[in-house]
Amino acid sequence: MSGGRILGIYAVLYLIFLYAPIVLLPIFAFNDATIIAFPLSGFSTRWFEALWGNAALGDAVGNSLFIAAMTAILSTLLGICAARAGAMADFPGKSGILGFVMLPLVLPEIIIAVSLLIVLRQVLDMQLSNWTVIAAHTLLCTPFSIAILNGAFQNLDPSIEEGAMDLGESRWGAFCSVVLPLVMPGIVSSLLIAFTISLDEFIIAFFLTGSNPTMPVYIWGLLRFPQQLPVVMALGTILVALSIVLLAIAEFYRRRGLARAGLKDSGGFL
Amino acid sequence: MTALIQLRGINKYFGDYHALRDIDLEIKQGEFFSLLGPSGCGKTTLLRTIAGFEDPSAGTLSIDGRPMAGVPANKRPTNMVFQSYAIFPHLTVAENVGFGLRRDPRSKAEKAGAVKDALEMVGLGGYGARSAHALSGGQRQRVALARALILKPKVLLLDEPLSALDRKMRELMQVELMKLQRQVGITFILVTHDQEEALVMSDRVAVMFDGQIRQMDDPEAIYTRPRSREVAAFIGKMNFLPGTLHSSGEGVEADVAGLGRAMIPPDRVTPGLGSGPAVIGLRPESLAVLFEGETTTRRTVEGTVDEVVYYGDMTYYDVRIAGVDEPLNIAMKNLVGRDVLEVGTATRVAWDERSLVPLAP
Amino acid sequence: MLIAPPLVYALLLLALPLCAVVLFSFWTQDFMEVDTAFTLQNYREIWDSPVYLLLLQRSVFVSGMVTLVTVTLAYPVAYYISFNVAPAKKSMWIFLITIPFWTSYLIRVFLWKVILGYNGVVNSGLVGLGIIDEPLSFLLYNVNAVIITLAHAFAPFAILPIFVALEKIDRSLLEASRDLGEGRIRTFLRVTLPLSMPGLVAAVLIVFIPTIGDYVTPELMGGAGGKLIANMIQTQFLQLNNAPLGAALALVAMVCVTAIALVFIVLNRRWLRRQV
Repeated sequence: MSGGRILGIYAVLYLIFLYAPIVLLPIFAFNDATIIAFPLSGFSTRWFEALWGNAALGDAVGNSLFIAAMTAILSTLLGICAARAGAMADFPGKSGILGFVMLPLVLPEIIIAVSLLIVLRQVLDMQLSNWTVIAAHTLLCTPFSIAILNGAFQNLDPSIEEGAMDLGESRWGAFCSVVLPLVMPGIVSSLLIAFTISLDEFIIAFFLTGSNPTMPVYIWGLLRFPQQLPVVMALGTILVALSIVLLAIAEFYRRRGLARAGLKDSGGFL
Repeated sequence: MTALIQLRGINKYFGDYHALRDIDLEIKQGEFFSLLGPSGCGKTTLLRTIAGFEDPSAGTLSIDGRPMAGVPANKRPTNMVFQSYAIFPHLTVAENVGFGLRRDPRSKAEKAGAVKDALEMVGLGGYGARSAHALSGGQRQRVALARALILKPKVLLLDEPLSALDRKMRELMQVELMKLQRQVGITFILVTHDQEEALVMSDRVAVMFDGQIRQMDDPEAIYTRPRSREVAAFIGKMNFLPGTLHSSGEGVEADVAGLGRAMIPPDRVTPGLGSGPAVIGLRPESLAVLFEGETTTRRTVEGTVDEVVYYGDMTYYDVRIAGVDEPLNIAMKNLVGRDVLEVGTATRVAWDERSLVPLAP
Repeated sequence: MLIAPPLVYALLLLALPLCAVVLFSFWTQDFMEVDTAFTLQNYREIWDSPVYLLLLQRSVFVSGMVTLVTVTLAYPVAYYISFNVAPAKKSMWIFLITIPFWTSYLIRVFLWKVILGYNGVVNSGLVGLGIIDEPLSFLLYNVNAVIITLAHAFAPFAILPIFVALEKIDRSLLEASRDLGEGRIRTFLRVTLPLSMPGLVAAVLIVFIPTIGDYVTPELMGGAGGKLIANMIQTQFLQLNNAPLGAALALVAMVCVTAIALVFIVLNRRWLRRQV
């Protein structure tokens, strides 16, 4: 057997390892038993029905959607600024500043959580709310937005913008008529990625959430009650389906952006 | 006639780097002007200064009598063909060409007509609906030209427009650009590092080194009467022989290593170059090797063939002559029925006094 | 100009709070009030307490193991995608690898509990096949379970940077190495591996440093003997209300991983230089 074949088999096994937990999710979500274990009992949609009538969960989902939407918008706006600055001419301290802005990517999340908690609670004595979570999530998501938007901005031929200005557009006009349409796919995928990260983030949200829990914080609470677990499975199934749809859209836009710029696909979000 | 474009004492610094040094330049209406030089010589910076993408650190620029200080690129009567062509990939060919017409007061139908005419002018009639990123290099360049010319600029700036094309396409586009320029009567300023391109297309050429214009002349003068060794070496090939100049009432006499004494014709004397050590330049095609039995009225010198490089239409010989370290490079047309000399053959080299180019050492 | 908004944001919400953490770690909690007198008491307490040191040690060990397992498992996959997968299908593979990462982290961790639990998938399967009579109890609630779960969670973080680095390698370099007489394995060791090292280092850092801050996985998977320093930080802040000690613990943990990461980078540089 050739080396390529062995590697191929290994890669497929690795994919199975990656997908194993996710495959279990719908199995137990539709399983007609309270205990999450084999053997299976039979098909049921009652866990999904139970989700429907859960007002506390509804509130948590509402909070999370609001937080995720605000985070997506803020981090994408900050990402656009940084990516555009990064694509433009050098300025003093450029790499240092850009590196610092990207720092949350490699910082343990608990450090971000702890430091913000200290400032908000102990220094400023603020009430924790959805906005404290949004502030932290924006910090966390901005590096991802920058990474995605960097691709979009750096693929852009700088003379395209100069071309538009040369043909009579002002600086702002050139940005709107040429740059924005060309980086729009990057903006859309940045929005979606930041939204997805924020929606799922737990470690920071657990520290900074106020009296209204976010969805992951609510799920964390449910995990302690064995009889609630099938409901969590049902919720997880819906979330996974949603994530995949959002990601597929993000990927679609990313590829369209590449096609528009007439570039080869070099793969990956990061 | 006053100049269309006037540059006075233009200097440009990027941090500590002195990119443009005291550029004085006047370009007339309808002229095809080239900025020629090696990469990093400042020619593109100069072009971008005229376009309004760079602000000069010192000096003034005026176009059509109007000072351009503080006038942004989008308000200048110049348009540019970018090196990468900068075709907007998200628009069609027609949308690209009509991009600059947004503020034009004409009706939609009139504008569409103008776009159609512009595309036909560059030989792309019927391509309007195509998507821009599906075009070939030559087609992109034509779109870039049409897009700029439709705005009827006073000056068209071309930044290495032919460098991305293959050789055949480049030669074709050289001729097309010249025709187009005569047709529209607009002043063209071309930036290029390709000396042949500059010599073929331009009315005048400015040769730049280190942010300075070293010589500005018509192509024939640039080629036959370069004013410095740098220019001479950059444009075409040139043999350099050490020598001494003697200025007297009768004119300038040169003592050339390997060739002997010769009078420099008055129109060949480089201004500002007096008596003393000098370098004497000789173009390869101004020299000839003599074949066996051949006679000539030109002056000759004995030599030995050192190297033969056959090019098809031409043969280049390196011939060693006494008293000079470097062999003379000689270009000979290959005529029917004439053999190529072999390495080691003893021969004579013919030369003329009027093809000597005296230069500062 | 444009860099100002993200920079100001990061300064206000990252640099400033980090400074506050440093400051707090030199203060003490006095019942409900914070005593702002400068003291090293928190650090002394950490140094003197066997519990904190044990947790720290275990955390660094777990992070290290997770990094080792994740990167070792990931490299061949990244290599396969870069070198064996047809160019048109590469982004499909990368997409497949990133999807699990974007699904709810909490639920993913919990599902590992389902897989490794007493009545879980592995045990039911093994019992069903008649390989074992009694379910295995050592699968869950220990350090190994924590390592497996974290290795799963961080997989795409390891694969992507390695893949990007491998993609950048000019394929003619590998042909040149073969042409100069090296075999496949020597070519890999002398050309491919050194050239992919930036990606490998990035993968190591991006897995090693953040894993120290995870308290979800040890909480759910670790049992009593599998708790880590992050659990203790979380407890100090949210249950014991001792923010200064929590801050000191968080700083010590971060300094530890950063120091180890720096040592790793230096050793790696030295190794690369020796290769040439």
